Amino acid sequence: MLQDKDRIFTNLYGVHSPGLEEAKKRGAWHLTREMLQQTPEWICDQIKASGLRGRGGAGFPTGLKWTFMPKEVRDRPHYLVVNADESEPGTCKDREIMRHDPHLLIEGCMIASYAMRAHACYVYLRGEYIAEREALEKAVREAYEAGLIGKNNKNGWDFDLYVHHGAGAYICGEETALLESLEGKKGQPRLKPPFPANAGLYGCPTTVNNVESIAVAPTILRRGAEWFAGFGRPNNTGTKLFCISGHVNKPCNVEEEMSITFKDLIDTHCGGIRGGWDNLKAVIPGGSSVPMVPAEQIMDAYMDFDTLRDLKSGLGTAAVIVMDKSTDLIKAIARISYFYKHESCGQCTPCREGTGWMWRVLERMAKGEAEHNEIDMLLDVSTQIEGHTICALGDAAAWPVQGLIRHFRHEIEDRITQYRAPRALVQGAVVAAE
Amino acid sequence: MADDLFKLNIDGRDIEVPKSYTLMQACEEAGAEIPRFCYHERLSIAGNCRMCLVQWKGAPKPIASCAQTVGEMRMNPDGTPPNILTKGDYVEKARNGVMEFLLINHPLDCPICDQGGECDLQDQAMAYGRSGSRYDLNKRAVENKNMGPLVKTIMTRCIQCTRCVRFAAEVAGVEEIGMISRGEDAEITTYLEESLTSELSGNVIDLCPVGALTSKPYAYNARPWELRKTESIDVMDALGSAIRIDAKGDAVMRIMPVINEEVNEEWLSDKSRFIWDGLGRQRLDKPYIRENGKLRPASWGEALSATAELLKGDASRMGIIAGNLVEVEQAKAALDLARSLGIQSTDCRPAGAKYGLDGVRERYILNPTLMGVEEADALLLIGVNPRVEAAVWNARIRKAWLWNDLKVGVVGEPVDLTYDYEHLGIGADSLAGLFSRDSVFMEAFRNAKRPMVVVGEQALLGDAGLDVLNAAHDLALEASAISEDWTGFGVLHNAAGRVGALDVGFVPGEGGADTAEMLSGGVDTLVLLGADELDLSGLGSTKTIYVGHHGDAGASKADIILPCAAYSELDATYVNTEGRVQMTTQAVQPKGEAKDGWAIFRALSDVLGKTLSYDSDAELRQVLREQNEVFAGLGFAPGASGHAALKEAPAKPQGLVKARPFEAPFADFYLTNPIARASKTMAECSLMKRGLETPVAAE
Repeated sequence: MLQDKDRIFTNLYGVHSPGLEEAKKRGAWHLTREMLQQTPEWICDQIKASGLRGRGGAGFPTGLKWTFMPKEVRDRPHYLVVNADESEPGTCKDREIMRHDPHLLIEGCMIASYAMRAHACYVYLRGEYIAEREALEKAVREAYEAGLIGKNNKNGWDFDLYVHHGAGAYICGEETALLESLEGKKGQPRLKPPFPANAGLYGCPTTVNNVESIAVAPTILRRGAEWFAGFGRPNNTGTKLFCISGHVNKPCNVEEEMSITFKDLIDTHCGGIRGGWDNLKAVIPGGSSVPMVPAEQIMDAYMDFDTLRDLKSGLGTAAVIVMDKSTDLIKAIARISYFYKHESCGQCTPCREGTGWMWRVLERMAKGEAEHNEIDMLLDVSTQIEGHTICALGDAAAWPVQGLIRHFRHEIEDRITQYRAPRALVQGAVVAAE
Repeated sequence: MADDLFKLNIDGRDIEVPKSYTLMQACEEAGAEIPRFCYHERLSIAGNCRMCLVQWKGAPKPIASCAQTVGEMRMNPDGTPPNILTKGDYVEKARNGVMEFLLINHPLDCPICDQGGECDLQDQAMAYGRSGSRYDLNKRAVENKNMGPLVKTIMTRCIQCTRCVRFAAEVAGVEEIGMISRGEDAEITTYLEESLTSELSGNVIDLCPVGALTSKPYAYNARPWELRKTESIDVMDALGSAIRIDAKGDAVMRIMPVINEEVNEEWLSDKSRFIWDGLGRQRLDKPYIRENGKLRPASWGEALSATAELLKGDASRMGIIAGNLVEVEQAKAALDLARSLGIQSTDCRPAGAKYGLDGVRERYILNPTLMGVEEADALLLIGVNPRVEAAVWNARIRKAWLWNDLKVGVVGEPVDLTYDYEHLGIGADSLAGLFSRDSVFMEAFRNAKRPMVVVGEQALLGDAGLDVLNAAHDLALEASAISEDWTGFGVLHNAAGRVGALDVGFVPGEGGADTAEMLSGGVDTLVLLGADELDLSGLGSTKTIYVGHHGDAGASKADIILPCAAYSELDATYVNTEGRVQMTTQAVQPKGEAKDGWAIFRALSDVLGKTLSYDSDAELRQVLREQNEVFAGLGFAPGASGHAALKEAPAKPQGLVKARPFEAPFADFYLTNPIARASKTMAECSLMKRGLETPVAAE
């Protein structure tokens, strides 16, 4: 279990003020100038050594990603774009950072920008995040006024930070759709390659990082890569914000060590499963887009990238959605399917056409109003979407369905059978006059 | 250059292709067929239909081959070329899946769809689709959008490939088509549901791989397999775009572009494409003679003898004006007859532009060629609006502006050309001292390696016309635009018949009158060869003979009408603005008793006892070739080969200073010639362009 002295986000619950003075007391902006006197390579090496993997869902090594940027600024400026379009259902970690610890993020933006030789950073904020925008903008103002960022600032690296407010589309959390939206176009993912590190925002080298990945960077540098790497299992190191929701006694956001077991996580922070551990049915461990894992497999599993990948799921954003035995899983997945159908950008065929199809079939299955062979068909349709699209939304839409069928096929079958079973005619039942 | 090549193994076959190729091109090079919907050679890559998926051994997912550049591919870990499979279960399953998705919400109304029989979706569904449907839910329906009088929409059929969106934004230069909403609610629509403000809007019909955008005038008129297809040449502008005339029986049912990289790429202007209904209306199908102020039908014999009567007299009081659509054969026969009768007043310049008098061909053709604009680095347009005078070429200028950073300067009306340009003045007076003027464009023009000066007909009208021509020629010489490999000076015509008529020498002979003089009472007998765009009010008692195919301005004033065949009904020679000699092919029979234009003059010469030497159009063309070598080579633009003729500096322009501003080339793009004026479709377009609604019949 993570000790208080090792927490990065010491004001996660907003007990203290998010203001600059308080944030400085908690350690923000400490030694920033000294860090920026190191070479960009040193910073990248430290982040690499810390084993930090991207906190936005895919878990790509952050330090490595930073090194993909060109080593020199040539004719085009470099940009850092921070993805604060936190829209994955179940995920609510970045908003807490922006509301209560915004200075860690701003400091992280500056350090990461320096590591990538960027002088400007854009924070693309989810459309619905009004309070978060206000909090972040306030903190940015404070930082400017204190001369911590901006032209000729105290830290010695010219750096501007712009907060851009999105319009509330899930797809704009996809990095290239985010860049399109930031450029003022319709948020639709771009073809890759070229990757943003070659041609990103306005065609310039750009790196897009999640809020949490950026916000942990200053503390990693302050306390040392070894300190961060000391948490968790190899290749899954560091501390992580978990967002636990659903059928636990005390849903919460908590910073914990990576590779904590699911059971420890829930017992320590959430007061256990509603109705006890026997009542646990399934868990979606990483936000709505990853496949669910049934109770018996998740209980002792390490909450980290590799373990959950081996369970054919994923850590994703570490948004743990806990479902007890009262949950109608088919209905739950149908609702998730509706979400992806609603948020599909409509650009490429499999996702545009397939997400609606899956949702409609699932809605019927939730009632049992389907055929048995439709289960296989649904699985087949989901594999026809997965991996055939421009961006990962197709995968995200397919995986929950695949998870459901993989682990709870019997429930769907039972429901169909039940629905088709002859029902006793009730004598004297009142038939509505029409 | 082995460095620029990349090795691939496609379907077990080793192949080397340039690194700039897409994987799709490489696969095609290897002989594999790759299905596609969104990909189009002339548009940017969207990669959204996902039909072109192939397998890259070792890659976790199938690859959209249209979007993968070969040069960016990785070698196999053991250093061997990447292995690509375009066949096999993996690829088939991927394509099969995409095809299924495309079809679940497609109405499958092929039997009543105009695209049926020439539909990419239909064809590819046959090759890659499943035999049955697994989708038994209700299909999505999409409301149709109003896209004006040319494009009919049935948007339920749309597969969101966005070809039309990209065409409008990239080629036509009007960002007026887009996709609204998202996910399965995504719909293609035009801005505020109005038709495109582009002269190229009809091309979206060809681009649309399904039946979502079809031709409105052609709707439900024919099936593609019933049509007789004839490849020919368009005459609506002076580009000579390659077209295919599709006819059923004796009626032209539609006109479509044919690929000619050097002229029209694969685009066609709306006028060229939708003119065809005008070929069936207002036609002159028999000879007429005016008696007691009224035209009455007559036999050919009667009409020819009456014409001969009018032509037996004082040859110096007779004249011939050739109109905009006249084919070379007719012009040649008419000219030969005129000269044998001693008529010197012949002119093929109805508007009176001052070119063609010095007999130097390079001074009236577009020497840099249409394609040349893609090599040019600075283009100066003088009194020309290519958007309406040569719409298809305008798209090529836009392409060069977009991709080659072509700089454009304009002297003339400051209109929207779909690309940025520097406006250097509105009239001929701006040309004085232009070369050394301090401006961004002129700086680029002076430093250009391949500068290009293009003069339009409007600039050459009036007294200062020749001065403008000389000034433009002079500018090209000053910019060193005339050399062995680059001749950056030319005239952009807007009439298909003009260059051909100039090539046969259809200009006033010794002591002959020009158009203006003939029309102001200079002649007693006037022959009009399809010349309708004239002010005939000054003719007074002059007798007119109209040879043409449409009952338009010229015919209504005529004393004798001799009906001839239109361009769709002839094997005829036209020379485009580049000096490219091309031939139309007869697609349908001439209407009624109408004859080929040249044959009328051959018959007339017989009646007059001055029999012309040729008895067939083949013999006539033989004479043409003998007398002028330009007619010897078909489909060829001389380009820079004529640079020597332009080396000599022209006479110093005198009258530029007090010259008038250049005016718009025509009042209405859609109504420039008798065929267009007979077309209902063109009339609707014209009304719409002027902001007027098409009147709807009360029913």
